[in-house]
Amino acid sequence: MTTTEYLELRDIRKEFGSFAALKGVSLAVHPGELICFLGPSGCGKTTLLRIVAGLETQSSGTVIQAGKDISRLPPMKRDYGIVFQSYALFPNLSIAENVAYGLVNRKVPRAERDARVKELLALVGLPDSGAKFPSQLSGGQQQRIAIARAIATSPGLLLLDEPLSALDARVRVRLRGEIRALQQRLGITTILVTHDQEEALSMADRIVVMKEGEIEQIGTPSEVYRSPASPFVADFVGKTNLLPARAAGGDCVLVGDQRFACGVNGVAGSSKNLKLFFRPEDVMVRNVGSATPNSAVAVVEKVEFLGGYSRLTFRMNGIDQALFADLSVNDLAEFHVKAGDTLRVAVPPDRMRVFEAA
Amino acid sequence: MSAVLPGSILRLRVHWTDRIGNALLATAGIALAVFLLAPLAMILMKSVEDKAGAFVGLANFEAYFHTPSLLHSIWNSLWVSTLVTAITIPLAFTFAYALTRSCMPFKPLLRNIALVPILAPSLLAAISFIFWFGNQGLLKAWLGGSQIYGAPGIVISMVFATFPHALMILVTALSLTDARLYEAADALGTSTLRKFWTITLPGAKYGIISAWMVVFTYALSDFGIPKVIGGNFNMLATDIFKLVIGQQDFPKGAVVAIILLLPVAVTYVVDSYVQKRQQALLSARSVPYVPKPSRAYDWAMAAFCWTLAVLMLAILGMAIYGSFVKLWPYNFSLVLDHYRLGLVDAGVIVSWFNSVKMAFWCATLGAIFIFVTAYLMEKTRGLDPMRPFVRLMAVLPMGVPGMVLGLGYIFFFVQEGNPLHFLYGSMGILVICTTVHYYTSSHLTAVTALKQIDNEFEAVSASLRVPFWRTFFKVTVPVCLPAVLDISRYLFVNAMTTVSAVVFLYSPKTTLASVAIVNLDEAGDIGPAAAMASLVVVTSAAVCVVYYFLQVWLDRRTQAWRA
Repeated sequence: MTTTEYLELRDIRKEFGSFAALKGVSLAVHPGELICFLGPSGCGKTTLLRIVAGLETQSSGTVIQAGKDISRLPPMKRDYGIVFQSYALFPNLSIAENVAYGLVNRKVPRAERDARVKELLALVGLPDSGAKFPSQLSGGQQQRIAIARAIATSPGLLLLDEPLSALDARVRVRLRGEIRALQQRLGITTILVTHDQEEALSMADRIVVMKEGEIEQIGTPSEVYRSPASPFVADFVGKTNLLPARAAGGDCVLVGDQRFACGVNGVAGSSKNLKLFFRPEDVMVRNVGSATPNSAVAVVEKVEFLGGYSRLTFRMNGIDQALFADLSVNDLAEFHVKAGDTLRVAVPPDRMRVFEAA
Repeated sequence: MSAVLPGSILRLRVHWTDRIGNALLATAGIALAVFLLAPLAMILMKSVEDKAGAFVGLANFEAYFHTPSLLHSIWNSLWVSTLVTAITIPLAFTFAYALTRSCMPFKPLLRNIALVPILAPSLLAAISFIFWFGNQGLLKAWLGGSQIYGAPGIVISMVFATFPHALMILVTALSLTDARLYEAADALGTSTLRKFWTITLPGAKYGIISAWMVVFTYALSDFGIPKVIGGNFNMLATDIFKLVIGQQDFPKGAVVAIILLLPVAVTYVVDSYVQKRQQALLSARSVPYVPKPSRAYDWAMAAFCWTLAVLMLAILGMAIYGSFVKLWPYNFSLVLDHYRLGLVDAGVIVSWFNSVKMAFWCATLGAIFIFVTAYLMEKTRGLDPMRPFVRLMAVLPMGVPGMVLGLGYIFFFVQEGNPLHFLYGSMGILVICTTVHYYTSSHLTAVTALKQIDNEFEAVSASLRVPFWRTFFKVTVPVCLPAVLDISRYLFVNAMTTVSAVVFLYSPKTTLASVAIVNLDEAGDIGPAAAMASLVVVTSAAVCVVYYFLQVWLDRRTQAWRA
């Protein structure tokens, strides 16, 4: 079996008693990419990672790593490094001993080992911490040591299980960039499990969005964000306006009494229940007139200040649901929008997507 | 590609290092089956056989229930145990409350005094009360015409013996409460009494139930106290001894053992249910409660605690004093006769050496077995069908009174055909039986310590291709060392003081100190009996001091990483 993929999962199923945690998951990971398993808790993303690591056993299905079937290999026979949410640093060993833990067992000569530890500590930006104990480091520093330990033996695959969840927001954002840079420098194939969509969007080459044991969508961050494959993905990744709609002929749909034209994937002729999707930042207020396509009068209910932008909650005639629009500071300054105002807004047809409602 | 047949269960191949772990776990499981389950099963078998070994169905039970004197013991055991519990729990709760929720001075000292009874065989209190209130007791006049022998002596000796066990549980339960609850209550202007009823008691509820069970079980199954101070007052534990040792009536002994097992089994089931609920209450984010000084209240608490402490010291002190008195009650000069003549010259001192030897092996081999088994259960994978069995075996001993366990051991190991028959009468069987007897607490201590360390260490090690034993020795053992020492000390002290299980199992070559106390007392040598009891207390106390310094030393060497 020859393949250019580094890791292949074929029809992985996992049942815990009568509960199906994974319902036949197949996917391929390219060499050197960072792929992200994204989904809400209970979607099976961690179980899938643990199956790749051999820490859980799939009920059925095949795992192929570097052309070799590893489906039944015990963890010690597989080739990966792993970083857990808890870091799992050995508390009674020094940082250097932690990083060297896997090297000692491979009978790497002492001098070589020390050099490698030094190299790794420099790589993760903590060159002077070798003599310290884990409890003397901050959470972010411990996280980096855990990565150094995982890559010390130069594994072919790096598994990161919610590596940033235990850190505070600021450190998390900084470490995102650092981990990504390190991964690209080493060119190591990496699987990152997270429930944080921002983390996935900013770090991944490709994102696997999962829901209830199944893959909803695989795609690059911009594909997943701009062209979600399902209402679930649209709603889970980023802030969304998701409205019940019905087909109105051509590329048009009706939401309540409002008619919208959709440029991209109109479902002409279909009369089923539909859902209309667009992002808050796709709502325009500038240069909108009555002739602008998909324009309507909006009544502003609330303006929520969020720093770099503000989020408007508004209503449209004939639509029961409240809608959201993100306005830049400039737009806000120009239009002086406040609660109770009315203004004309529009959503460009090419930003609309229509799904068949489940 | 691996061909997986539809419907078949996919299994990972087992790495050879993991096979070693599985083999060790299987060995532990078999050992527990042989040394716990088989002896207990033998009791069930014996209870439906006659003396010749023929099957007689429930005839033994029928005979038992037609013997009024034996039947009376059930009633005695139940009401005495209930009374002991009803006295001990409120006393221990108040004491624990003072330790955790007041600012009285000398708290560590009071705590240590209150825990002293643990270091002594339960018989010590009985001997002491004989010195105080017995036929020739110093304060016999205080009793008016009534006697200390029988129920009164049993009850107050048992209160003394069970107090520290209840205290430890209640102190833990009361320290668990979250200070934030009290802050919230204060912010809402809640009265002290209402806080007590709505926060303190519910928070300690499971601790109280647990303490209740422990004390009740202890009182029900203790043998030493009713033996020494019980006089003609019969209880189930003494009945077993009389039937088995006195009358050699094994089948009826088995029947009493089963009856003794019943109430203990009930309390045991309740307790394990309670333990499960208790764990859910704990949260890592709780803020510990810090009491605020309050003059009158702190003084009242101090007065209560010192009263109990003085009484306890009086009980302990009297036994020690009595061991030095030349000839009670005629010559109160203090001499070493009971130690020199009564123990050393009479050759009884050998028992003390035997006890130390047994305690040493329990504290080393026993502790290692328990910790390694707990580790294999918590941290290794594979051998899934065996795990529920081992888990059950680990918690079962708590529900088995020592007398019952000891009786099962005789039944099982006395059989000539048993390949392990050679253990009968050896030091080995005493070590094994005692380790099994005190298995559950030790196991739970080990599990608690193991659960506190990160669950992913083994996964990380496997990903780095490090075999599990390397991580066990490099990380798990060093991190859990304080708990291992706790287990070891617990086993040592209990092995020094235990009577119930081993009273059936010692041979002329392996007599034990605690059993010697029973025999000396029975022979009327209460002076030497007191001397031996005192010796046991001193030994246990000395060993605790040794463990303390060992801990300090190890802390310095291996625990530097604890920030």
